[in-house]
Amino acid sequence: MSIAYVRETDAPLRAPPVETSGPVGWLRENLFPNIWSSLLTLLLGMFLAYIVWSVLDWAVLRAAWTGTDRAACAFEGAGACWPFVWEKFPQWIFGFYPIDERWRPVAVIVIGALGLAPMLMPNAPGKQLNALFLLVAYPVIAFYLLAGGVFGLEPVETTNWGGLLVTLVVAVTGIVISLPLGILLALGRRSELPAVRTVSIAFIELWRGVPLVTVLFMASVMLPLFLPNGLNLDKLMRAIVGLSLFASAYMAEAVRGGLQAVTKGQTEAGLALGLSRWQTTRKIVLPQALRISIPNIVGIFIGLFKDTTLVLVVSIYDFLGIINAGLQDSKWAAPQTANTGYFVAAIVYFIFCYGMSRYALFTERRLAESGRR
Amino acid sequence: MARAAVQFIGVNKWFGRFHVLRDIDLEVFAGERIVICGPSGSGKSTLIRCINRLEQHQEGRIIVDGVEINDDVKAIEEVRRDVGMVFQHFNLFPHLTVLENCTLAPIWVRKMAKYDADAIAMKFLERVRIPEQANKYPGQLSGGQQQRVAIARALCMTPKIMLFDEPTSALDPEMVKEVLDTMVALAGEGMTMLVVTHEMGFARQVADRVIFMDQGQIVEMNAPEEFFGNPRNERTRLFLSQILR
Repeated sequence: MSIAYVRETDAPLRAPPVETSGPVGWLRENLFPNIWSSLLTLLLGMFLAYIVWSVLDWAVLRAAWTGTDRAACAFEGAGACWPFVWEKFPQWIFGFYPIDERWRPVAVIVIGALGLAPMLMPNAPGKQLNALFLLVAYPVIAFYLLAGGVFGLEPVETTNWGGLLVTLVVAVTGIVISLPLGILLALGRRSELPAVRTVSIAFIELWRGVPLVTVLFMASVMLPLFLPNGLNLDKLMRAIVGLSLFASAYMAEAVRGGLQAVTKGQTEAGLALGLSRWQTTRKIVLPQALRISIPNIVGIFIGLFKDTTLVLVVSIYDFLGIINAGLQDSKWAAPQTANTGYFVAAIVYFIFCYGMSRYALFTERRLAESGRR
Repeated sequence: MARAAVQFIGVNKWFGRFHVLRDIDLEVFAGERIVICGPSGSGKSTLIRCINRLEQHQEGRIIVDGVEINDDVKAIEEVRRDVGMVFQHFNLFPHLTVLENCTLAPIWVRKMAKYDADAIAMKFLERVRIPEQANKYPGQLSGGQQQRVAIARALCMTPKIMLFDEPTSALDPEMVKEVLDTMVALAGEGMTMLVVTHEMGFARQVADRVIFMDQGQIVEMNAPEEFFGNPRNERTRLFLSQILR
C-alpha cells in the first residue's frame, strides 16, 4: 500500500559540492582558483619541472661517478664530474693543512658544533656557562689547536690553512667580533658624551663608506707599510680584522635601528626604579633592541659569511678560492669540471646561509609566540 | 609638623624657550596625598617628573627626603630608589615576565637574593590582586592589569614616595576603577603620594590637598572640600566646570 506523502523512488542524485578542504581543496584554492591563475600555475610548473629535470639530468643521469683523472669526465655529453670532487674534497675542506694534522681542524669544528648546539636550543640549561665557554675558552682552544706550537702540537702556518676551514674561521671570528663591537658602536652613537658619539659616528661612517675589497687590500698591502719594521701581523689575521671592523659598522647600524624602536618610556621606567643608566641599557633596552634587530643582524651574518670569499683578492684561499685553484689542475681539465666545482660551492654556501636564516626565523617566531615583543 | 618629603623652592624650568614651570614653591609632607590637575601642557607631569629627575629643572631647588636634586648622579640614584613612579603608558618591560618586572630592581639595585625578591614581588602582586598572572608576559594582560603590575613593580622597591603620572588616562573606562581602587588602598596605608589625574572622584576621596596648575604655575592649592566647593580662582572654576559638568 502506498502512502501519499511517502516517496517511492529515490530523489535524483546531485553533484557533490566543490571540495574546499583536503589536498584537492587546497589545490583548487591556491593553485587553480580561476583560469588565469591556473594558466600561470601550469606555466610556472612546467618551468620548474624543466629546471629540476635539467639539474637532475646534469648532476645525476649524465654525470661521471668514478675515475681517477680527466678521462673519466671528458666524454661526449658528459654531465657533472664527481670524481674530481671526490679527489679534491679533503683539500676544499682543509686547504693545505698537513694531512697528518687534519684531526686538529676536525676537532675544532666538532668542539665548536658541540658548544653551539645547546646554545641554539631554547630549553638547554646553562646558557651563561655555555656562552662563556664559546666566547672565551673556545677561541683560545681553537687557536692553539689550529696554529699549534704548544703541547707538542706541530706549528701550522696560516698560509697553509685554506678551504672551508678558512671560510669558517674568518666568518665565525668575524661574527664573534663584529656583534659586540657593533653593539658598543651603536650605544656609542647614542651616547650623551660628545667625544664618544663623534668617534662612533666617524668609525661607522668611515667603514660603511669604503668597499670591502678596498678594506682587504688596505689591510693586506698598505697596513704593513705603516707598521714598524719587524712587526709583521699575520695576513689571515689582518684580513679577519679588516672584515670584522667592516661588518661591525653595519652591525652598529642594525642595532641602532633596534635601539630606536625601544620607546623612551622603557628607559624612564628603568631609571625611575633606581637602576643605573648602564643597568637600564643592559637589562631593559638592549635585550629588546636585539630582539627587534634579529632579522637585520642575521642578514649581516649571512652577508659576512658570503663576503669571506673576497679574501681571495689578498691571496687567502677560502672555500671558493681553493675550488677555483683546483680548476687549474690539468689532470682534471674537462668541460664540466668547473661547473661541478661551482655547483658544490653553491650548495655548501646555501646550506650555511639558509641554516642561519631558518634559525633566525625560528627564534623570531618563538619570541613572538610568547608575546615578548 | 611632619618632615617635608618633597620641597620645591623657586623652581623654574624651560623646554627651549617654552617656560614650563614658573616659580614653583611647594612643600609635601610625609604621608600626604596630593592630587595635581590642570589642562594639558600646564606642566603638571613635568612637575612630578622633576622629583626623580626624569626632567631637569634649571632654576631653584628641589629637595626630596632631605636629598637635594642636582647633577650628582649618586644622589639622584639614591632618590630614585626611594621614589616609585607609575606612568600613563605603564612602561612594563615586555621581554620580562610580570614577576621578573617586579624583581628586576630589587635584585639589581637593592642587591636582594632572587628568592627574597620573588617573595616580596608575590606579596605585592597579591596586594594588587593579580598573583596568578606572575608568570605571564605583560603583553598578555589587559591594560588595567598591566597598570596594577606597574604599581606592584614600584612598590617592590618599598618606596617612601609614590608618583602617579596620569595612571588611568590610557585605560579603557571599565578598567579605571580597578586601578583607582588599588591606589585608594595604597593611600589608606599612609603612603606619600603625588598623583597627576583628572579623576576628581579620587581626589575628593583621598587627597589631602588638590593643586590646580595652569601655564606652569600653581594657580590654586587647597583641601578638596574647599577646592571643589569654593574655588577661588577664575581659571580653576572654568576648568572644574569643564571636567565636572
